[in-house]
Amino acid sequence: MSPVLAGVLQVLALVVALGLAYRPLGDYMAGVYSSNKHLRVEKWMYKAVGADPNTQMRWPAYLRGVLAFSAVSVLFLYLLQRLQGALPGSLGFASIDPDQAFNTAASFVANTNWQSYSGEQAMGHVVQTGGLAVQNFVSAAVGMAVAVALVRGFARSRTGELGNFWSDLVRGTVRILLPIATVGALVLVACGAIQNFAGIHEVGQFMGGSQQWNGGAVASQEAIKELGTNGGGYFNANSSHPFENPNGLSNLLEIFLILVIPFAMTRTFGRMVGSLKQGYAILATMGIIWLGFTSLMMWTEFAHHGPAFEIAGGAMEGKETRFGIGGSSIFAVATTLTSTGAVNSFHSSYTGFGGGITMLGMQLGEIAPGGVGSGLYGMLVMAIIAVFIAGLMVGRTPEYLGKKIGTREIKLAACYILITPALVLCFTAAAMALPTPPHSMTNTGAHGFSEVLYAYTSGANNNGSAFAGLNADTQWFNTTIGLAMLLGRFLPMVFILALAGSLAEQKPVPATVGTLGTHKPLFSGLLVGTILIITGLTFFPALALGPLAEGLAS
Amino acid sequence: MNNSVANTARLLWAGLRALLVLTVVCGVLYPLAVTGVAQGVFPDQANGSEITANGKVVGSELIGQRYDLPLKKGQETAAPDLKWFQPRPSNGLGTNSVNTQYKLILSGATNRSGDNKELIDWVTAAKAAVVKDNSVPGHPVSPSDVPADAVTSSGSGLDPAISPAYAQLQVRRVAERNHLPVAQVEKLVEQHTDGRILGFVGEPRVNVLQLNIALKQLVDGA
Repeated sequence: MSPVLAGVLQVLALVVALGLAYRPLGDYMAGVYSSNKHLRVEKWMYKAVGADPNTQMRWPAYLRGVLAFSAVSVLFLYLLQRLQGALPGSLGFASIDPDQAFNTAASFVANTNWQSYSGEQAMGHVVQTGGLAVQNFVSAAVGMAVAVALVRGFARSRTGELGNFWSDLVRGTVRILLPIATVGALVLVACGAIQNFAGIHEVGQFMGGSQQWNGGAVASQEAIKELGTNGGGYFNANSSHPFENPNGLSNLLEIFLILVIPFAMTRTFGRMVGSLKQGYAILATMGIIWLGFTSLMMWTEFAHHGPAFEIAGGAMEGKETRFGIGGSSIFAVATTLTSTGAVNSFHSSYTGFGGGITMLGMQLGEIAPGGVGSGLYGMLVMAIIAVFIAGLMVGRTPEYLGKKIGTREIKLAACYILITPALVLCFTAAAMALPTPPHSMTNTGAHGFSEVLYAYTSGANNNGSAFAGLNADTQWFNTTIGLAMLLGRFLPMVFILALAGSLAEQKPVPATVGTLGTHKPLFSGLLVGTILIITGLTFFPALALGPLAEGLAS
Repeated sequence: MNNSVANTARLLWAGLRALLVLTVVCGVLYPLAVTGVAQGVFPDQANGSEITANGKVVGSELIGQRYDLPLKKGQETAAPDLKWFQPRPSNGLGTNSVNTQYKLILSGATNRSGDNKELIDWVTAAKAAVVKDNSVPGHPVSPSDVPADAVTSSGSGLDPAISPAYAQLQVRRVAERNHLPVAQVEKLVEQHTDGRILGFVGEPRVNVLQLNIALKQLVDGA
């Protein structure tokens, strides 16, 4: 069997597995967020929080919950790293410097998992397992909560009530993320991922002598890192490290975990707004982009243009033998079309166009299928823009799911889609214009520029992967990328919740013959076009200076 | 004003309590439960898939190592010990720069782009070395026979495997250096070649450590 065919079959296997999970998981999640019952363990947790899970919140209250929880999380994670040197169970590792601790705290709370540190030499068990991995759960649950609040905004009428943040946070964690992560972690261990609390120990070597390795709760962190579209590796090499991703099967499982919740949430959405077809239209849009990007990536990586790859006879630099070109390309697309940012191969050593595809994937806003929660709300904003454009064409007030898209709604949607491009382009321009930040580049020319553009694209879109040649552990990059991650995560949430509140207050408009059928294939096509045009117009000049220039030269 | 400060404080306090409760569940109970089951059911894997040969741990099945000659005086990089099957290059591998009381390996890639001068030089040099090292009298290796994995560094720098093509390319050299019949070494490579899982998942590969352990047994037995 040729590697290309094996790659295609792996994509098909993923499609089948995701298809099988779609219905049960999507319906289950809809049930979780709609149920009136509380599990006993959840009741204990609400008591500990001191919150009444049955209180309905309007959007400002919901937002305050999100922000308060996240602010406390940043502070807690910052202090945990600053105090690491004094904490037991930290392998004797020193405390993290303030700028890096801020960057890492912001990164994990913002569901980004950008890492300017190398896990195996910097973070002990307590920080990894008790701090970083916890945020892998809760930052994902926060994203899902906000998405569900927006869906309720569409589903409810003449009320400002969007649900209860504490209840959504706890349920998302306890009922959705924990069970799937537990199963995923155990399968990863069976494949060979490590799961222990060993300290730093000597392991004998074939040629004599020994090496020092550290152990850790790797599999448990790996599973939630993918499932919650987080992406922060236990080790520096992330999911290319054999202890995180031991073989082809674990690789496929990890890609599945990355994609399963974001895709299934379109079913949850359809179920909650009372029309499964509306969910399918969104799913189709996501699926088309995902499959298109995957095909393009496989094409460019197997073609391996670029001087070094042509001498080598293949684009294997930065890729593992056990995954090959196919398994690496599928992973690279899945991780950048979601807000994951885990890598099983190093994007900086992809072909010029391959690197461009990873960047463009993030610049779409990570909506195909996107991060857990954030993918759905990002895509719904794009749907609002698409019905707005369609409305302009025929001169009708646009509506979506029976809600009028008026001035207020379109303003909020427009603000949402402007935030990340503004952050990416302004910070990149500043970093290139200042004298010292460019010193961090490993490569020169177009690829050097790509390293910086990639860094801010990844940060502001909460992805976390990198063209890792860039030395990002400087005060400038730690601080600015930290800010880009926080602003790129929480400002959009402000607009999403405001939008949700405004939609929930409306009374539904009855559908007429003139209503745009947003459940039809035509709409999916319009939506794909809208997404590509908006992103293309925004980022084409920047992409032309980086990956396009590199790709066309080789 | 006082009221809003009090409200904010109350909200932050609730946030902190929520975080602490969730930390207990996701940061203590969950990893402990997974570790418990993993250690009970898959102890070998959970502890790093270590391999023992002649009663001694010689590494992990999953982590690649170097098979080099001892460093000579004045040498910066050790020369490969051509008696053994050689792994992929690992130019991105580092050593720890913080917490230097330990000597840890830092996994990683080179992150060089396709048009990077250094990478072009590395690949060119590696290709020349593979051709030279593996050419035996009567059987010259042509540059076009060298597979891509033989001259490129992996993502982790710890790739435990090489492609079957690269293993087969090394057979004649290894046989010659160990005074073994070529057919016998060829058979060894064949036995240690793993196909794709279920026929289509991942890529065919040869685990270098296991191959070298088997080779050592053959040499010691002969």
